[in-house]
Amino acid sequence: MSEATLPNRSAHFQARLKKRYAAEQRFKFLGLGAIIFSVCVLAVLLVSMTMNGVGGFQRAELSVPVNFREAGLTIEPQRLKDSDAIQALETAGLPMLVQTAAEQALGPDGAEQVSSDAWREVGRAIVDDPALLGSEKTFNLPATNSLASALRGEGREDLRPLAKELSDKGLLARHFDPGFLTRADATDPQMVGIWGALKGSILTMLVTLALAFPIGVLAALYLEEYAPKNRWTDIIEVSINNLAAVPSIIFGLLGLAVFLWIFPFYRSAPLIGGMTLALMTMPVIVISGRNAIKAVPPSIRDGALAIGASPVQVVFHHVLPLALPGIMTGTIIGMARALGETAPLLMIGMRAFVATPPDGFTSPATVLPVQIFLWSDEIDRGFVERTSAAIIILLLFLLVMNGLAIYLRNRFEKKW
Amino acid sequence: MSPTILLLLALGLGLAGWLAARARAYSFKREVAGGRLAALPSYHAWYVALWVLIPTVLFVAVWSFIAPQLVTSSVLASPAAANLPEFGFLRSTILNEAAAVAKGDAAGVFNDQAQALIEPYREAIGQSRMIGLIATMVIGFMGGAWAFLRIKPDFAARTRVERTVMAILLLASLVAILTTLGILVSLTFETVRFFGMVSPVDFLFGTFWGPDPMSTTTDPTRYGAIPLFWGTIFIGAIIAMIVAIPLGLMSAIYLTQYANPKWRAWLKPALEILAGVPTVVYGYFAALTVAPFVRDLAQSVGIANASSESALAAGVVMGVMIIPFVSSMADDSIAAVPQAMRDGSLAMGATTSETIKRVLVPAALPGIVAGIMLAISRAIGETMIVVMAAGAAANLTANPLEAMTTVTFQIVAMLTGEGSFDHPATLSAFALGFVLFLVTLGLNFIALRVVKRFREAYE
Repeated sequence: MSEATLPNRSAHFQARLKKRYAAEQRFKFLGLGAIIFSVCVLAVLLVSMTMNGVGGFQRAELSVPVNFREAGLTIEPQRLKDSDAIQALETAGLPMLVQTAAEQALGPDGAEQVSSDAWREVGRAIVDDPALLGSEKTFNLPATNSLASALRGEGREDLRPLAKELSDKGLLARHFDPGFLTRADATDPQMVGIWGALKGSILTMLVTLALAFPIGVLAALYLEEYAPKNRWTDIIEVSINNLAAVPSIIFGLLGLAVFLWIFPFYRSAPLIGGMTLALMTMPVIVISGRNAIKAVPPSIRDGALAIGASPVQVVFHHVLPLALPGIMTGTIIGMARALGETAPLLMIGMRAFVATPPDGFTSPATVLPVQIFLWSDEIDRGFVERTSAAIIILLLFLLVMNGLAIYLRNRFEKKW
Repeated sequence: MSPTILLLLALGLGLAGWLAARARAYSFKREVAGGRLAALPSYHAWYVALWVLIPTVLFVAVWSFIAPQLVTSSVLASPAAANLPEFGFLRSTILNEAAAVAKGDAAGVFNDQAQALIEPYREAIGQSRMIGLIATMVIGFMGGAWAFLRIKPDFAARTRVERTVMAILLLASLVAILTTLGILVSLTFETVRFFGMVSPVDFLFGTFWGPDPMSTTTDPTRYGAIPLFWGTIFIGAIIAMIVAIPLGLMSAIYLTQYANPKWRAWLKPALEILAGVPTVVYGYFAALTVAPFVRDLAQSVGIANASSESALAAGVVMGVMIIPFVSSMADDSIAAVPQAMRDGSLAMGATTSETIKRVLVPAALPGIVAGIMLAISRAIGETMIVVMAAGAAANLTANPLEAMTTVTFQIVAMLTGEGSFDHPATLSAFALGFVLFLVTLGLNFIALRVVKRFREAYE
């Protein structure tokens, strides 16, 4: 291309073109900046939770060698099989034994800083393995919360030299705490665990799923396949769409006013929590279910009708199985939202302090997000770590659920 | 656990009925000439199973609701309950203790009076369990037997089963209406009670909010909700939207118009994760990280009285939470603009950004506005972030660094205390909830109307 064929551009035109291109670039970078900012906030959130939370999976432990052989704890092997084996060990003098062992290993000051419930962990080890009574074992016993914060360089000044001395000797260290996953709530951050809340969450989700999934799917089938076009159907559709957008706390008010009025005995039970969340999740399932049912081509229905199936058979033998992967995807997303929901459960009283994992749908329980909320109110630094650790677990659960939804979507995606 | 056992029993009876009826239908098949029945054997089976299941499940539902009350009243009628204290906290504690021991949930009682009640409780619970068990069996058998006797070779079981299935489908879709009605009725009922104590005018136009759940007198001047409405609007509709609208809109524009598909495949899910993070996590993040950061920043520029709970921290984090929501709404409505309009503009020599600003965004504006409406409605209904980061003080101020409180915060605060349901402070939560419900409903309604009109424009 030679010089002559270029259009004749005036200087003014050139300048304006340059300005327009510059504006174009600015606009593009603004868009990129917006995305990068959002992703950065997400990264900061995740990194700060992880950094705080890693400590939450650990706890400060004192290593105490206990020589059962010499201490001579006398207890009948039969009693260790009973349900009250720990109480039996207590009467047999286990707390005293652990105390003495701690004094020998750590000195009187150190022994004072062994958590007062530490002997229970020794007791549980004995129940698990009675042969221990004839041998010697070094236990990592939880330190008191004061010593744990002194180890971090916080809290009481007078304990810091002791913490330093013990940790220099290798007797005090932060270890991974498997018990965090198996214990329930407590008042001491050294002794808390997540299992109580996790079990409450699982029970609540089971109730939610058992109610929301069938009702949601059946309602979607009715609206998409059978509902006549009339005012009633319109009202149903409008109320489903509205319910999907109602703030979750309103569902909490509904649960408080209606469910707790009908079942006053089941306050803060997973049953009521699950029912409340089911009402919230149901519209999500209906909406996604309708989309999945709509995606099944009419030729399938026509084919089935043509060979003599009844309308109910068409839907339950042909349409529903084909739409199920799509419905499942929507259900998992709705359940993930319900799992992270806190406000409605606060309303129906699931914020109580529950120190034992719930053993049924009707026993008092708390759920993971509420547990996070309760711990976040505690000022102790130990609880900050524990809260972040609980958040990591909650986020992992959500990640798994969303991953499953994406997998289902990709695995069963069909182009008709 | 008792209702669970009864439900399992009902299911077992249903299964037995199903199997028996199927076997019977197959035996008809052998007897009838030609081996053709009016319906497939499995429909006969379902017919009987439904006749067992529906009455028993209904009975169990009703029974699990009335049985605890029957137990309590029969215990109260027993002679051991004669010297219980009058109504109040002590009385219910004693009853609960005795009930827990009788059910086997607790090992012993603290209160001596409860000891005497354990036996009557145990008796009454045993009795109610027995009645429930027998009644479930009888109802199941009667329903099953009646249906079983009706099945014959020429019995049109399929029509009946399908009619029932249709009825169940209809009932399922009615749950949504019932829920809406339940929300409306419960909110209205408690709100009316609240307005019986505090006049609506004082509530809606008063400027001082300071309910005292402990006071025994009602002071209507303490229930002015204007500071709460202002706090909600300031945090949810102003600060959060200042963050969410530009960021969400620009993200959507970049993702749809500029980003290459490879990047888009990564960035879009990353944005979606932002929407999936539970609000309690955002609230914790706001309280733990953002609020101290905002306070330190404010102090470093010389604002000494910056609060550690600020409207700004809550609003900004809420805005971040809403970004993916605005972004996906904008994404949808920009994608709905016909490609011809974009091509036309580019063909005239406009740059991409000029096309976006002058053609795509104006054409997509109704959809974007609707998305913003929905975003606002979500922001003002959001609870955990403000509960954890915004503070409890009802301030009527425009300073974003001060603590502010919102409608949702006050609902939580009023209902998680020890207040009774007859106190205006507790009831005010329902009035606030009612206002919140109406406002979000209004915003959603407007948004849906806007979207509807907009969609018609290009079809």
